[in-house]
Amino acid sequence: MKILVCISNVPDTTSKINFTDNDTKFDTNGVQFVINPNDEFGLTRAMWFKEKQGATVHIATVGEATVEPTMRKALAIGADEGIRINVAPTDGYFVAEQLAAVVKNGEYDLVIAGRESIDYNGGMVPGILATMLGMNFVNTCISLEIEGDTATAIREIDGGKETVETSLPLVIGGQKGLVEESDLKIPNMRGIMMARKKALNVVEPVDATKATQDVSFDKPAPKGQVKLVDSVDELVDLLHNEAKVI
Amino acid sequence: MSILVYTESENGKFKKNAFEVASYAKAVADQMGTSATAISFNASENESLGAYGVSKVLNITNDTLNTFNAEAYAKAIAQAAEKEGTKIVVVSSSANSKFLAPILAAKLKAGYVPNVVAAPDSTEPLKVKRTAFSNKGFAHTEISTDIKIIGVSNNAFGLKENQADAAVEDFSPELGDGDFSVKSVNIDKVAGKVTIADAEVVVSGGRGLKGAENWGMIEELADVLGAATACSKPVSDMGWRPHGEHVGQTGKPVAANLYVAVGISGAIQHLAGVSASKTKVVINNDPEAPFFKAADYGIVGDAFEVVPKLVEKLKEFKAQNA
Repeated sequence: MKILVCISNVPDTTSKINFTDNDTKFDTNGVQFVINPNDEFGLTRAMWFKEKQGATVHIATVGEATVEPTMRKALAIGADEGIRINVAPTDGYFVAEQLAAVVKNGEYDLVIAGRESIDYNGGMVPGILATMLGMNFVNTCISLEIEGDTATAIREIDGGKETVETSLPLVIGGQKGLVEESDLKIPNMRGIMMARKKALNVVEPVDATKATQDVSFDKPAPKGQVKLVDSVDELVDLLHNEAKVI
Repeated sequence: MSILVYTESENGKFKKNAFEVASYAKAVADQMGTSATAISFNASENESLGAYGVSKVLNITNDTLNTFNAEAYAKAIAQAAEKEGTKIVVVSSSANSKFLAPILAAKLKAGYVPNVVAAPDSTEPLKVKRTAFSNKGFAHTEISTDIKIIGVSNNAFGLKENQADAAVEDFSPELGDGDFSVKSVNIDKVAGKVTIADAEVVVSGGRGLKGAENWGMIEELADVLGAATACSKPVSDMGWRPHGEHVGQTGKPVAANLYVAVGISGAIQHLAGVSASKTKVVINNDPEAPFFKAADYGIVGDAFEVVPKLVEKLKEFKAQNA
């Protein structure tokens, strides 16, 4: 089985978010970048398929050279080889078209992407990619088993979960649950040393559609001072008479 | 040319978000000088969409579509869009809408913007305001494709009554076996429980509750408020509560009218996930907990004393205001 894990390079979850250039750009100053958490759960699941079922695992990232440290981390976790599509990931449709070209060339059986990146939250790359290539698609995937060509997946739905059956070739939009938080691996020294020698191939982008553009950004209005109360009577009174939520 | 809106139903009954996206579609239709058309799957009471400004409903009656299937639903919506000459499709932020919207985007070669929180900033070009950076910010995003898909955030636009007569038409999409290659084999859902996505009130517990065995009082508080229960990330990581209840940056976003956080310190990732909630109440024994800075109301105190008292008080309040 040949697996491609799509990795997005995103600000660490603890990052404070600021904008620059007249609020038209995300300010990357002082921001630490990491593997998108939803992608990392998928990558770790892919490692399981590699160890138990002999799968080959490649990673792909759409981005300029600045994303390479994040890709090296994914290689240190255990992916065999990386492919970087040398262009800034401007919008979801565009990124999906870039990845579609990679998936087509590499003839992957399984593509694992995160259900969304935690920066722009588009949540569309896996679904668009799957549809462009006529592959099956399961979103918000929290469990995945592969047996031959058959896949059994569980997806999170509002208020519960749904088990689905489908076949390869398959694309999933993954999230926590694919593996547990405690299964995530911090790369060890051997992994980091080996990752330096692994192939990280750079390919040029294909012509693609830019469907959307973020023209400006802003931040939520600052919150007023909290009202601290001493009794539940006072709280219930405020919720009823002031906030009018009960 | 009308605006097409996918109105979700379950067992034939429209979900609350169906009325919210219908309200949104009507607002866009008014801005563009056109009308709002809904597409529904095996729904009864299609006329009820008229109360939110929908003037036409394309209703599909088809037993193979009783269970949601993203590919088949997306194909049906794409065919409806083509038939209507639609340039803008509106969907919700439910798990099902977020599953089918990217498929629909690829089929229609449409730009798709999810998590939209307000009526469009402008229609020429179409520009919408959406959350970004997991609710830590907003982006104003232009869509430049011929056909455009807008995903409306839960509980952001609200319900807007706008009386119209909804003419109901039967619609039969052409579907084949290939559209059902992802098959549902089991749905595991607690009947009658309020989901985090639909809830107007959410009660959430954190590490301060000390163990899974202490969740009874969170559930009691949720019961009396008619709320969904949720939890912080460490709580789901430790297995005290299921992952589906984890709210925050890597879990679910919460856009409730009232969010009650018990024993949650308020890490930046958690605050991002709940920032779209309107009123936030924090109960925590640590007056330095960062969540107090993001809350509207707070009680500094031991959850094990405060929560049972609050449950009693709310029961009293409900009895008086019933």
